[in-house]
Amino acid sequence: MTRISDCFDRLAASKRTALISYITAGDPHPKHTLELMHALVEGGTDLIELGIPFSDPMADGPVIQAACERALQHDTSVEDVLNIVEQFRKDNNTTPVIFMGYQNPFEIYGVNAFAKAASTLVDGIITVDLPPEESADIAVAYRQHDIDTIYLLAPTTNGHRIQTIASLASGFLYYVSFKGITGANKLDVDSVAAKVSQIRDYSKLPVAVGFGIKDAVSAKSVASCADAVVVGSAIVSIIAEHADNINAAKDKIKALLSSIKLALDANEATQKIA
Amino acid sequence: MSAKLKEKLFDFAVLPDRDGHFGVYGGRFVAETLMTPLADLETAYNECKNDPEFQRELDADLAHYVGRPSPLYLAERLTELWGGAQVFLKREDLNHTGAHKINNTIGQALLAKRMGKTRIIAETGAGQHGVATATIAARLGLECVVYMGAEDIQRQAPNVYRMRLLGAEVVPVTSGSKTLKDALNEALRDWVTNVDDTFYIIGTVAGPHPYPLLVRDFQTIIGREARGQILDQFGKLPTALVACVGGGSNAIGLFHPFLADSDVRIVGVEAGGDGVETGKHSAPLSAGSPGVLHGNRTYLMEDSHGQIIETHSISAGLDYPGVGPEHAWLKDAGRVEYVSVTDQQALQAFHTLTRSEGIIPALESSHAMAYTEQLAKTLSPDQSIIVNLSGRGDKDINTVARIEGIEL
Repeated sequence: MTRISDCFDRLAASKRTALISYITAGDPHPKHTLELMHALVEGGTDLIELGIPFSDPMADGPVIQAACERALQHDTSVEDVLNIVEQFRKDNNTTPVIFMGYQNPFEIYGVNAFAKAASTLVDGIITVDLPPEESADIAVAYRQHDIDTIYLLAPTTNGHRIQTIASLASGFLYYVSFKGITGANKLDVDSVAAKVSQIRDYSKLPVAVGFGIKDAVSAKSVASCADAVVVGSAIVSIIAEHADNINAAKDKIKALLSSIKLALDANEATQKIA
Repeated sequence: MSAKLKEKLFDFAVLPDRDGHFGVYGGRFVAETLMTPLADLETAYNECKNDPEFQRELDADLAHYVGRPSPLYLAERLTELWGGAQVFLKREDLNHTGAHKINNTIGQALLAKRMGKTRIIAETGAGQHGVATATIAARLGLECVVYMGAEDIQRQAPNVYRMRLLGAEVVPVTSGSKTLKDALNEALRDWVTNVDDTFYIIGTVAGPHPYPLLVRDFQTIIGREARGQILDQFGKLPTALVACVGGGSNAIGLFHPFLADSDVRIVGVEAGGDGVETGKHSAPLSAGSPGVLHGNRTYLMEDSHGQIIETHSISAGLDYPGVGPEHAWLKDAGRVEYVSVTDQQALQAFHTLTRSEGIIPALESSHAMAYTEQLAKTLSPDQSIIVNLSGRGDKDINTVARIEGIEL
């Protein structure tokens, strides 16, 4: 059992929707990432998604691009982020940590070496630019070290692809709610619900919905069909705004997440699709 | 030539494989949203490739709009000056819009029209691919948006104005290093957002499959023409081919039809900038390492943590940290040699060609000329070299004047 499946089982038992919170590691400075991770948990985060900064984040919008640039000003590397998670695990051994990034930094570190180093620390990995067609060997390496390979599904993913991806995935499936980049404002709840329902025809894994969820209202609107919601750019925007006052950033993030968590929990049981 | 290399030569003709790989290179490293659109593009392209009507339309445009075939020109004074091999120039600079780029934009724009797309997007560095895209968009009445690094917009003001005259919207890109690689990121972000009605015309043999394949196919007209022309004019195949390599589209276009001619030596010339040893260059094949960027695995300019590093070249068209995956494969297979020349050497070749033949070459093509000088001197007059003169140099006169302290 991984921390991810434990977490989803626990939430499913009380029919709650999980809150996944994203920050870019090393933003605004690597020395703040550990305390920001703890703040995410204090705000009600169930799973942490930790972005690995990359110089060319093609699938991200301006907010996360800028976060990558801030982190790279301090040369934040895969190794640095692993060290930060090691620190985090000293105080928190239950909250799942998922790395989200682009293939090149992992490839240069060495996929096998990374899987080995991350095995007891990191629970899952989302590699944005690594579709199943390119990841057969890589997913095996991660599996050998108990790291779930979490795949993205998109509005353009047809039934056949959903089936293929579902057969390779573990942990959970991540549905990208619209055609676009992170931080955009294009959320259409009805189409998300229809697609998530189609995904459930092919997989029993929990389905997380991300992109375009920025507050309690948008989180609640997708919670009725999703097992988890992902909040990213809204948190990163707070960090950008308060980069020189990390305590203020933490307070604001906790306030945002608490309001989202409250909305998600209020949603509990009433509308959930069986 | 070894039996092993001969065996590989057969492979060159059939690559990429079904999933777009050239050995370990190439592939399709993109976000899930783009996987189905890329598969649709591949299907549409395969249909067009076998459709005589599409080929007829393409051939007609290449003949009457671009002005093909481009001449293969024996540079007699240059040959005499260097005192070695006969130097033939493949005159892609004489194409409409002044470079080889239009061979590809015409092909992709016709494909876009076939697929019912109404909006064209492109990235550009020096502006040549942007101009070639804006030109064909105007010709076909399609909406056109070109992404260009804010730095490049400053450096290439005349081309920015040309694109705007042609009706294209030029969008400055201010993220990252504000150059070509960031323009490519931004074009991919646009495509992922507007994928239903938008066709992305990539300008070089890089990006996710099927782009390296289809751009190559549209550019191989260069090599197919050159092969026939040299046999007509010189009676035998050339001793060597030389072309500059940024992303590598003009080079693959010339090289590909000769890959199976095992006696033809093939050389790709990268931008050495201040010198490869200084670290300030754009020569991933000469001094980089394999990695994944912009949808494919290839040689990259990257640091020890896998971050893409800033490149430098006098030529904006070669100022890119990656290179087409087929070049990566041809390097490893040993079929093509990749070398570099410095900004200074390219600049000198720019002047030499201009003064000896009355042809002002693009700074990109000047890199190929600079290496040709070195190579020609080691060969004899009964041998020949074909150099791809991929573009004309009018766009570069401001750059050259500025370097030489001349105010225009």
